[in-house]
Amino acid sequence: MPKRTDIKKILLIGSGPIVIGQACEFDYSGTQACKALREEGYAVVLVNSNPATIMTDPDMADRTYIEPITWEFVAKVIEKERPDALLPTLGGQTGLNTAMDLHRHGILEKFGVEMIGARADVIDKAEDRQKFKDAMLKMGLDVPKSGVVRTLVEANAVRDEVGLPCVIRPSFTLGGTGGGIAYNREEFNDMVVRGLELSPVGEVLIEESVIGWKEFELEVMRDRADNVVIVCSIENFDPMGVHTGDSITVAPAQTLTDKEYQRMRDAALAIIREIGVETGGSNIQFATHPDTGRMIVIEMNPRVSRSSALASKATGFPIAKIAAKLAIGYRLDELKNDITRQTPACFEPTIDYVVTKIPRWTFEKFPDADPTLTTQMKSVGETMAIGRTFKESLQKALRGLETGRFGLGCDQADPWGTPNQPPMEAIMNRLATPNAERIWYIRYAMKAGLAVEDIYQSTKIDRWFLHNIRDLVDLEERLSACPSLDAASEDLLWEAKQAGFSDRQLAHLWNTNDLEVRRARKARGVEAVFKLVDTCAAEFEAYTPYYYSTYERPATELQIADYGLQIDTGAANPKSAIRTPQLADETKPAKPGKDRIMILGGGPNRIGQGIEFDYCCCQAAFALRAAGYETIMVNSNPETVSTDYDTSDYLFFEPLTAEDVLNICDRVQPKGLIVQFGGQTPLNLARALEAAGAPIIGTSVDSIDVAEDRERFQVMIAKLGLKQPANGTARDLQGAIYAARQIDFPVLVRPSYVLGGRAMEIVYDEERMKSFVGQALEVSQGKPILIDKFLESAIEVDVDCLCDGQRTIIGGVMQHIEEAGVHSGDSACVIPPHSLPADVIEEIKRQTRAMALELKVQGLMNVQFAVQVERGAQSAESGALHTSHSTLHSSHSALHSPRYAVYVLEVNPRASRTVPFVAKATNVPLARLASLIMVGKTLDELGIHEEVTPRHYSVKESVFPFNKFPGVDIILGPEMRSTGEVMGIADAFPVAFAKSQIAANSTLPLQGTIFVSVSNRDKADILPIAREFAAMGYRLISTRGTARALRAANIDVEEIPKLQEGRPNLLDHMKNGQVDLVINTPSGKGARTDEGRIRAAAVLNRVTCITTLAAAQAAAQACRAMRQGEITVKPLQEWFA
Amino acid sequence: MHRQAAKLALEDGTVYTGRSFGATGETFGEVVFNTSMTGYQEVLTDPSYKGQIVTMTYPHIGNYGINAEDRESKKPQVEGFIVREMTRVPSNFRSDTSLEAYLAENRIQGIEGIDTRALVCRLRVRGAMTGVLSTTNLDDAALVHKARTSPNIVGRDLAKSVMPEKAFPWNEGFISPFSTQELKPGKRRQRVVALDFGMKWNILRCLSEIGCDVTVVPGTASAKDILAHQPDGFFISNGPGDPEPLTYAQETIRQLVGKKPIFGICLGHQLLGLALGATTFKLKFGHRGANQPVLNKVTGKVEITTQNHGFAVSTESLPKDMEPTHVNLNDGTLEGMRHKRYPVFSVQYHPEASAGPHDSTYLFEEFRKSME
Repeated sequence: MPKRTDIKKILLIGSGPIVIGQACEFDYSGTQACKALREEGYAVVLVNSNPATIMTDPDMADRTYIEPITWEFVAKVIEKERPDALLPTLGGQTGLNTAMDLHRHGILEKFGVEMIGARADVIDKAEDRQKFKDAMLKMGLDVPKSGVVRTLVEANAVRDEVGLPCVIRPSFTLGGTGGGIAYNREEFNDMVVRGLELSPVGEVLIEESVIGWKEFELEVMRDRADNVVIVCSIENFDPMGVHTGDSITVAPAQTLTDKEYQRMRDAALAIIREIGVETGGSNIQFATHPDTGRMIVIEMNPRVSRSSALASKATGFPIAKIAAKLAIGYRLDELKNDITRQTPACFEPTIDYVVTKIPRWTFEKFPDADPTLTTQMKSVGETMAIGRTFKESLQKALRGLETGRFGLGCDQADPWGTPNQPPMEAIMNRLATPNAERIWYIRYAMKAGLAVEDIYQSTKIDRWFLHNIRDLVDLEERLSACPSLDAASEDLLWEAKQAGFSDRQLAHLWNTNDLEVRRARKARGVEAVFKLVDTCAAEFEAYTPYYYSTYERPATELQIADYGLQIDTGAANPKSAIRTPQLADETKPAKPGKDRIMILGGGPNRIGQGIEFDYCCCQAAFALRAAGYETIMVNSNPETVSTDYDTSDYLFFEPLTAEDVLNICDRVQPKGLIVQFGGQTPLNLARALEAAGAPIIGTSVDSIDVAEDRERFQVMIAKLGLKQPANGTARDLQGAIYAARQIDFPVLVRPSYVLGGRAMEIVYDEERMKSFVGQALEVSQGKPILIDKFLESAIEVDVDCLCDGQRTIIGGVMQHIEEAGVHSGDSACVIPPHSLPADVIEEIKRQTRAMALELKVQGLMNVQFAVQVERGAQSAESGALHTSHSTLHSSHSALHSPRYAVYVLEVNPRASRTVPFVAKATNVPLARLASLIMVGKTLDELGIHEEVTPRHYSVKESVFPFNKFPGVDIILGPEMRSTGEVMGIADAFPVAFAKSQIAANSTLPLQGTIFVSVSNRDKADILPIAREFAAMGYRLISTRGTARALRAANIDVEEIPKLQEGRPNLLDHMKNGQVDLVINTPSGKGARTDEGRIRAAAVLNRVTCITTLAAAQAAAQACRAMRQGEITVKPLQEWFA
Repeated sequence: MHRQAAKLALEDGTVYTGRSFGATGETFGEVVFNTSMTGYQEVLTDPSYKGQIVTMTYPHIGNYGINAEDRESKKPQVEGFIVREMTRVPSNFRSDTSLEAYLAENRIQGIEGIDTRALVCRLRVRGAMTGVLSTTNLDDAALVHKARTSPNIVGRDLAKSVMPEKAFPWNEGFISPFSTQELKPGKRRQRVVALDFGMKWNILRCLSEIGCDVTVVPGTASAKDILAHQPDGFFISNGPGDPEPLTYAQETIRQLVGKKPIFGICLGHQLLGLALGATTFKLKFGHRGANQPVLNKVTGKVEITTQNHGFAVSTESLPKDMEPTHVNLNDGTLEGMRHKRYPVFSVQYHPEASAGPHDSTYLFEEFRKSME
């Protein structure tokens, strides 16, 4: 069956902002789909609100709509574009749900759009718990006892049947949001109520507990001719009870006999056929009882999922690409396997290595969140590692996590054997309750003398995994019994490296440094070799250069020429005799006349470093490849486009540590190595790599140091005559208080060298300083903490620029919506600035250029500025809007021309988080240009002469994971907590802002009730905003203080009691759905304060909660704009036509 | 922890040094690789591996131990076993013993800790080679010399060493709830004579499940002996090595064609081909694994199949009475054929699976229907 010719234009829906449970894996799948469909000649219309994605790059699709992903907006796109078909299965749960909404609202029918890949009834059958369960039972498959309920009363009846503990899963939620395990009636009631609220259809599944059972996943593909293959099996290290996104997972399955595996395979084939997924990939989860083998079906995702991305990277089989091709009519056997080229895609990959994925959590940013791992996903990213054995891949994955660890313990951060060694009681606790640290505690338990069987009984982690960890601990003890590096035998070194021990760990054990270990082992021939990921365990020659490192002892080769034997290498020169390393190591020399450029990626997603950097790495790879270089990508994040094997010429799936990168350099000899695009990860390696002789290109390591070293930076600022907020450093509390007194409170306190504002806080007085300094010092790890004057009510501005060392081009000037003090990654921002005077913008640009040249930047640089109205000028404006909040209605000229002061807050001589947003707002491919500058091109040669200031407005808004961490206070501060971002584009700022809010799921009501409660600081400035809302007809309610202020200004407001004053209070109103918007600016922080509870309740009840005046004012404008007329959609290609 | 050293020497002069497990001593065989990620117990006990030293491409072998149910014959049949890492402590509720203990008990030599992927790359490039596995003589040159002078697999009758001495009845179906496949018996029981050249037990279990009373006879049985059982159909089994030297079997089969329905698997397929005038040839390194895509030319659907063969029937050589029914999508080789006039058909792959997917069990039902 060849491809369909009756459809020409296909609509793809992306997954929107990065949130917990839905990350860049859907950029990977969507990008693959775009490429696959266009390759076949179809026109692709893409809708995705996330500007940081590679798929929203304007040349990935024919029509790229960066618009909110709601059925209403997508309907507008459909009406405008009239696509023939909608492919709903590649945009995660968001894409699938939106497609279903479009179907339910009759949009697809109205415009004659066919759903391809999976029809609506199929999606419904797979996603609706009861229908799915019925289907399984009908086929004779086993499922946990369960019941779907819509009320607490029904829930209690089901509970009586399935017993406690039991699992609670709300229907149709992301990453299992709102799900959990209830061990007692109280927990049960709480979870059911919350689940009913969170489920968009008000439905919750209550299920027999299978906690502790073994958990497996199969990735299945099916074509229209009913050919079905299993792409990959995955076994979860953490047994049932922990969401698979929060589990350490291993591919392939390790502990199933062939008979048990085939039984699961039979079930998977039967399920995909029964549910009726016509084409594409599905993920099916199973659990088996460890003692009886009883197998039950847990669930199915009738779409490409996080696990599909993992399976693709684990096997080399491009699931999303193939799924897209199957959707347009191809059969599996009509498609070629890209890797072998000769064999068809209709087969089941077999692998000859072990893949381990470890999630990365950020509980440190949400100290009030419950760190127990449950059926609701909490991790924000993941790393994957490939090794020849589980032991090797586990240790590689642990160092790939980039949490300062270099394997399973015995590194600098290892508390074992130090005063911080955990006591037995803590160990037992951490084993029994699943948590992010459990893997470390398994080792402690072994070191403390616990047997594998004891650990199994507490964790139910399969003994096979535990015995492998036992092997590592035993080897660690033998290694530490060896007195020194010099005393280590060649055999012992091989054994250690084959088990995945890093040079750092060995250096720690033998009291030396990693470079010494590296030198010593290389001297003895103990070197990494690189093997191919080839889908076929070497049965066929592979053409796709996708590599991982391992250690294999070379074979001996005797000269056999006497026997007249000739070996056919299949390589360019078949006559040349095979040397051992060529078979053990599968890397190839560069093509003649080609130079190699290596790009270091960003590693696992975390808050502060995510898809934006992957975007930059991919753009660099695309540009350099087009410019004739052989590109080499190094990354460890399986969700990304950068780890797609056709993004660059060579992919090395490796942890981003100096050792692993240098090993690759040894083999591939790159001409240049780029550290600018992967965020802080590669930048942190720059010094070590350069010291070891790696050819870093772009801005020099020394310039990076100037920007990062406080003293050198100050010298530069002074030299250029620029301003910095007053600042100091401290190594202890006394020093901190001294510095703060010198500078004058409020001050911003933060540790050195951290990303995303970790342990950063605005401190208003000495009392708070006393309680906070300890935490900051701890995070700073011996380096001094930094104390800056906090510029109150300043406007923050971000600038991205491009410099070739001679000339600087400003990529974009972004004005933040929220005032300085909110982390730049959490703040909304707008291009072009919507309320800064032209001369201030010019001054900012001038300063940026001066710094770029001074730092001899070659590539990208980001600067954060704070613009403050000088005190004198501001005090003259009594009653007027605060400048930082002034936007449309009060232009500066109407005021007494305030004087502005521009301060430099921070300079990062690398690609920043905002690069993709700027690129999409201005249509200038900054990252591509930067990569070409790094290989020696000048801006002139690239034809870049003018700076682009777009006529339309682009607003970036941040998206937060608060709904995953119930009870956590949501106010914004200097510590970054957002996971993703969305973009709104429109002719006018208010509409762009409105779109960004809708896209961020912070829906602004067109009418209704607004609760307003602000701190005393803000009582004056809230008045014009409240007046604006009241004038539009919104009903305002407030508690006493704010109500009094509003009434005094003649604004209509109803007073309601504070939480403890009586009922019905605000929480009651919210629960009853009688509040449509909350505006609450914080006076004190904390989940336990009244205002903290109000904000947390808003999250729970899905009421948009605005916590800064600046955002409230923008919201008022947006509401007015939305009420005035319908919002239209427009693709990037038209904005820049 | 310290294990005895073992060496694997190949006829091209390569010597791998690893650690011994299972039995010690010295053995030789054709070195081949199997790409199944599960099913090492079935591989070990498959008599078709007689004369071969088998490398598993999956690096962890032994994870789930050895159990009483997943055997394909009485004992392990391989000449030697090569793995990247042998699991010492198995983990599975059905496990009775460890891989290591099982091989030791059955005097099979194993070697672990060598670069099995490099070995597979070598076999892919160079083709299957004779190798010597030793713990007793660790001199590289001497081992390579032995590898180069040991008998080659081509032209040897290996089947005789694994076929039963005399006929016996088989009535057992699937013995474990974990190993069932979708197979249905017909209305009436059928009598089948199975020519055994080293038959996998799961073929017999499948025949039993479709309602056959099976009499297993040695592959050397004459047509007269076979017909004396008055069967409703004949089955020709898999088995090790080169089909060409098995002229006695080819002769027997020639006499059976046209008498009753015939179903052949693997070596049985090759023997049927030779009996009817086709030719066979040796593949460079064979097909051994559980992920080989086979197109069924009749239905147009693709089956993921289990395979274990180093020789194949040449499609071009098929006599005009025979038509190809199945083809390997990886390399286009013949995977199945049928007689145009008689209910006689065969496949090169293993529809009984074990180890491997159950996509092709329908062939047993077709055999049953051909007898009804």
